[in-house]
Amino acid sequence: MSTQNSRAKQLIILSGKGGTGKTSISAAFAHLNADQEEPRPMVFVDADVDAANLSLVLQPGNLDPKEFWGGSLAEIDPEKCINCGACSAVCRYDAIFPDPKNDQVQWIDPIACDGCAACVYACPEGAISMVRQQEGNWFQSNTPYGTLFHAELFPGRENSGKLVTLIKQQARLYAEDIQSQCVVIDGPPGIGCPVISACAGTDLGLIVTEPSLMGLHDLKRVLGTLRHFHVPSVICINKADIYPEGTRAIREYAAAEGIELIGEIPYDEKVPRAMIEGKPVTVLFPDSFAAKAIQEVWHKTTSLLQLQED
Amino acid sequence: MQIAVASGKGGTGKTTIATSLALSLASLAKVRYFDCDVEAPNGHLFLKPEFSESTPAVIRIPQIQTEKCTACGRCVEVCEFHALAQVGKNILVFPQLCHGCGSCTWNCPENVIVEVPNPIGTLERGMALENIEFFRGLLTISEPMPTPIIRQLKKRVHPQPNTINIYDAPPGASCSVVETLRGVDFALLVTEPTPFGLHDLKQMLGILSDMNIPSGVVINRDGIGDDSLEETLREFNIPVLLRVPFDRALAENLASGRTLVDVYPEYRNALRDLYQQITEIVGGKTK
Repeated sequence: MSTQNSRAKQLIILSGKGGTGKTSISAAFAHLNADQEEPRPMVFVDADVDAANLSLVLQPGNLDPKEFWGGSLAEIDPEKCINCGACSAVCRYDAIFPDPKNDQVQWIDPIACDGCAACVYACPEGAISMVRQQEGNWFQSNTPYGTLFHAELFPGRENSGKLVTLIKQQARLYAEDIQSQCVVIDGPPGIGCPVISACAGTDLGLIVTEPSLMGLHDLKRVLGTLRHFHVPSVICINKADIYPEGTRAIREYAAAEGIELIGEIPYDEKVPRAMIEGKPVTVLFPDSFAAKAIQEVWHKTTSLLQLQED
Repeated sequence: MQIAVASGKGGTGKTTIATSLALSLASLAKVRYFDCDVEAPNGHLFLKPEFSESTPAVIRIPQIQTEKCTACGRCVEVCEFHALAQVGKNILVFPQLCHGCGSCTWNCPENVIVEVPNPIGTLERGMALENIEFFRGLLTISEPMPTPIIRQLKKRVHPQPNTINIYDAPPGASCSVVETLRGVDFALLVTEPTPFGLHDLKQMLGILSDMNIPSGVVINRDGIGDDSLEETLREFNIPVLLRVPFDRALAENLASGRTLVDVYPEYRNALRDLYQQITEIVGGKTK
């Protein structure tokens, strides 16, 4: 046992394009780690907080929701409003209109309000105040494969990046408590604010792509993002046999960029079947082509993260 | 008519349906296609526009005229996004946190803040296949905020009668999806019959009910999953407007950049019928 209490390594799984298989692969990783004689203590994070699916496969028992309070939205007190229009004059989000129920006062559309508070300061009557918003819940859950940190952003809300940062911090603290070597983060699609929050401070990026023009186009953008934040990255191709020419193009791109291609997972109808059963594919169909290939990707990933074997 | 194509879950086939819908309707009306997935836009791979215009998408960020600044700290105090900070007599601006709301500018008692454009992406426009007018926003890598780009992209042109605007939405169910949906007449939801597809579709239905936007569903990869999707759609009273069965040959063709209606031309009529159903639903709602 090491005497130094070293920080857990963080793996971020990204794709750019949605639906390439990040969550199915993350779930299989959780099972493959737990399924050893002496499993490494490992912590999992679902950082796709507005379309969170990892818990549908890892199936935690009881959920213990903790509230996530994000930003604030402006609200007008109709009793104080004199309908002068100073608020709508400063609003850059087209969020302030005459109240549909009473056109003698102004009303702020909560869907359009950005929470900037410019109107609060513009109002001569002090009729507008900022009201803090609960924007979701987060959970620390026990699953058959380890502890999962996940969240549900309420539909349509902002601040997904803040919520990602919050659950990642909680996961890091917990990883220290249990002396875990590794935190595995199932990332969101895209390259914007929740992706940036998810990849901050991570040690390795695993990009799960698919062999299509779309997969390659978005892979380039997510690789650019990981490079910008100095996260070393590797690629694996999911559904690799669907379009062999696309797979060749990704191989060539990876070689030209000097990025290691650590695996090719074939299309396998066992993957959606396992998802429907709510189990990792490696649990239900351990001998399937996809499960075998994912196992290989997992072994390469753990060796890249230099996790110690017990 | 303004139609958003959205899904919740990523990779369900939004762009497949949105591009083929645009192609199917192009002979009936003037069609404009807006790729609002500014983080990972893919519509151009299918509709092959020739971009003739490219303008920067900007946020107006504060610049402090330091020689006149009294370092009173009012700008820092009013900024809800922590985009300004005071260190001694200096005010620092963090462009990536700034929402460009203007609050600091208006609240500065000395009037020493000017606003300068900070580019966070590009807005492009050009003509695509079958005379479709194509608009695309592109978030610059490492920039966090897609929503201002979507907002600016949608404002490039005013909706006109007899014009069909199709907005290809980003995945997920957060603020960028809401920005795409604002002001549309109808949301066409593309999903797959799996637990992930269903879970994320429910998030979308929550947003649409808050925004009072009618919707209908395209079930893509029909046959790979189970019945729970259809049960939910019945429960919420959401019509299924089209089914596209899972087909490996189709998946391969789409991967190479061919469109659904190019591979299977019979979907042109199916998508025109779908549009007809949308007009009936939207017309029924406004009556």
